[in-house]
Amino acid sequence: MGYTLDFSVVWHAMPALLWGCMGTLGLALAGMTLAMIIGVAGVAARDSKAAWLRALVIGFVETVRNTPFLVQIFFLFFALPLIGLKLNPTATAIIALGVNGGAYAIEIIRGGVQSIHKGQVEAGYALGLHKGQVFRFIVLKPALRAIYPSLTGQFIMLTLTSSICSAVSAYELTSVAQRIESDTFRSFEVYFFVTFLYLAISWLLMLGFAIVSHRFFSYPTR
Amino acid sequence: MTPHFGLPEFGFLLRGLQWTMLLTLVAFAGGSTAGLAVALLRTCGHRGVEWITRIYIGIFQGTPLLLQLFVVYYGLALTGLKLDAFVAVAIGFTVNASAFLGEIWRGAIQAVPRGQTEAAMALGLHYSSRMRDIVLPQAIRISLPATIGYLVQLIKGTSLAAIVGFIELARAGQIVSNQTFQPLLVFGVVGGLYFVLCWPLSWWGSRMEARLALANQR
Repeated sequence: MGYTLDFSVVWHAMPALLWGCMGTLGLALAGMTLAMIIGVAGVAARDSKAAWLRALVIGFVETVRNTPFLVQIFFLFFALPLIGLKLNPTATAIIALGVNGGAYAIEIIRGGVQSIHKGQVEAGYALGLHKGQVFRFIVLKPALRAIYPSLTGQFIMLTLTSSICSAVSAYELTSVAQRIESDTFRSFEVYFFVTFLYLAISWLLMLGFAIVSHRFFSYPTR
Repeated sequence: MTPHFGLPEFGFLLRGLQWTMLLTLVAFAGGSTAGLAVALLRTCGHRGVEWITRIYIGIFQGTPLLLQLFVVYYGLALTGLKLDAFVAVAIGFTVNASAFLGEIWRGAIQAVPRGQTEAAMALGLHYSSRMRDIVLPQAIRISLPATIGYLVQLIKGTSLAAIVGFIELARAGQIVSNQTFQPLLVFGVVGGLYFVLCWPLSWWGSRMEARLALANQR
């Protein structure tokens, strides 16, 4: 067979690919922000007194976790305009990532809140801390510490999932790669290289998260 | 004229669902076999081998499934083999499954108390008997919830075969949606079919996890 690998196309497309990386990071960051908002609101609703609200949150979490992201983004792509949200593909992708990540965030944050024992809070008050201090040092920081690994893992997962947003041609790395591929017909070279760009992104994120964790969360607990 | 979403269209989706299930089964079977090898190599005690398997797992966990599928799909095309689309995507999912299941089972093997291995060694059992009769049976029990969790992920993941053009459930949904112009209904039904497949497994997995946690609580 006469096929020779030619990675020069990748080299020529480098600026576009690096912009694609920025697009992916932006998409993931915006999606994760939305996911956190949905997560916190969802946790509040999940433990509310209204039974229908609790059922709604449980139904939402189960639906999102048991259906593929691809189907979710297609559904939202057609559903959002019907409720008056005529958005561009990238904004649609952010909402889809936020909704998907939000369902997982609800479970993660809920676990963090449950990990704080009531006795801890009472002990804080007994030591003379005031309300703000108790919330900051007894509730928030240990809860964040408890959920930090799963939350950052979720963020990396969301970053990788964002590649599926190319299916609605949102601006991110995979759709940039698809454009280069259709211009050059060097499918393997382009996707092979882009796979390693994703690997670099997730390793950099992991490194960054590890540094933050070392700086803020490395104190003895017992 | 455009057809409405009716029984023939639903039947088409069900045939897509069959391909989704077949793809999942093939990938899970192949991935289990290769994943067991990965897990055993990852815990074999030889530093170089452990390092290589660790990188192997790291690559699959640190890159999007969609891109892995692209690389395998177009990479296989380059070899000159005329492979069926099903075979190509099945290989892609199998390789992915081998890494993820390998990592899950690596954790499970290491979670079996060390005393078990030591006792087996003291009894003079060699490696294969130690693994087959002592460590793996306990590791399988430990790993079951995570394995089922991965199975759900795999079912959902096979939807990405739609992007490379293989007609499984998600792609069947796209086709029907384009024909009927009823995307909300069609993707709602498609999502419902995935849910029917995944939810019982998720439920089973979390119930088993709760049970296992209870058993370890002593």
